[in-house]
Amino acid sequence: MSADTKRRLFLKGSLAAGTVGVAVGAGLLTPQTVLGAWSEAAFTAKEVPAALNALLGSDTTEHSDGIEIKAPDIAENGAVVPVTVSTSMEGVESIALIADKNPVPLVASYDLGAGALPFVSTRIKMGKTGDVVAVVKAGGKLYSNRKGVKVTIGGCGG
Amino acid sequence: MASIKLRAKEKDGEVTLKALVSHPMETGARKDSKTGELVPAHFIQEVICKAKDQTVLTAYWSGGVSKNPYLSFKFTGAAKGDTVELSWVDNKGEKDSASATID
Repeated sequence: MSADTKRRLFLKGSLAAGTVGVAVGAGLLTPQTVLGAWSEAAFTAKEVPAALNALLGSDTTEHSDGIEIKAPDIAENGAVVPVTVSTSMEGVESIALIADKNPVPLVASYDLGAGALPFVSTRIKMGKTGDVVAVVKAGGKLYSNRKGVKVTIGGCGG
Repeated sequence: MASIKLRAKEKDGEVTLKALVSHPMETGARKDSKTGELVPAHFIQEVICKAKDQTVLTAYWSGGVSKNPYLSFKFTGAAKGDTVELSWVDNKGEKDSASATID
């Protein structure tokens, strides 16, 4: 077992025990990753990894074809791009939506509560042609998939 | 302020909730076409959906969600006649909520 996995286990353990403060104190987690509030750091981050770190505590995601992203191949109006994310995975805790070329890439994050099925649909803005990335947290792990969307008229103003 | 249109439909044990909120969703990066001034950020940050007083979904948004946001999701554990409630708070502290009965 590598030191890194040990650390992860330690983190998980301390979270499970409810002593989040230990992890925060150790400087491994920023306060924003302690769930339950709108994360300023994540929603103002200009880069995808920084946003993921602030939102989910890690930017390491495993590609999964089990995540289905429905979005148009070509969006004529980047101000309104319908995106639907669904997956057949079990134990989904949250779904994050990212438009990787936007000035602020993290668009939305959904925390699934009791009974919620892993399915969300929203309309997002896309500044220019890029990928829509869905990051699904399931069983404590992060999975992602992406879909390219060609934008003919950008929707982020300016 | 009735800013929310909310519908919930139950079929085969699955409830599909659809919501449409009237909100400008300004990112803070857009310039006013007349004055050239930046339009201040004004967007919904948090949306909470409850069914039978239990939170089923919490959405955190940036200004990257389209103007007059649409949200749809599915959940189980509720039946026709149960109440669903949706509430939002934006970055200026404005808020609204609405409830509907599952059809």
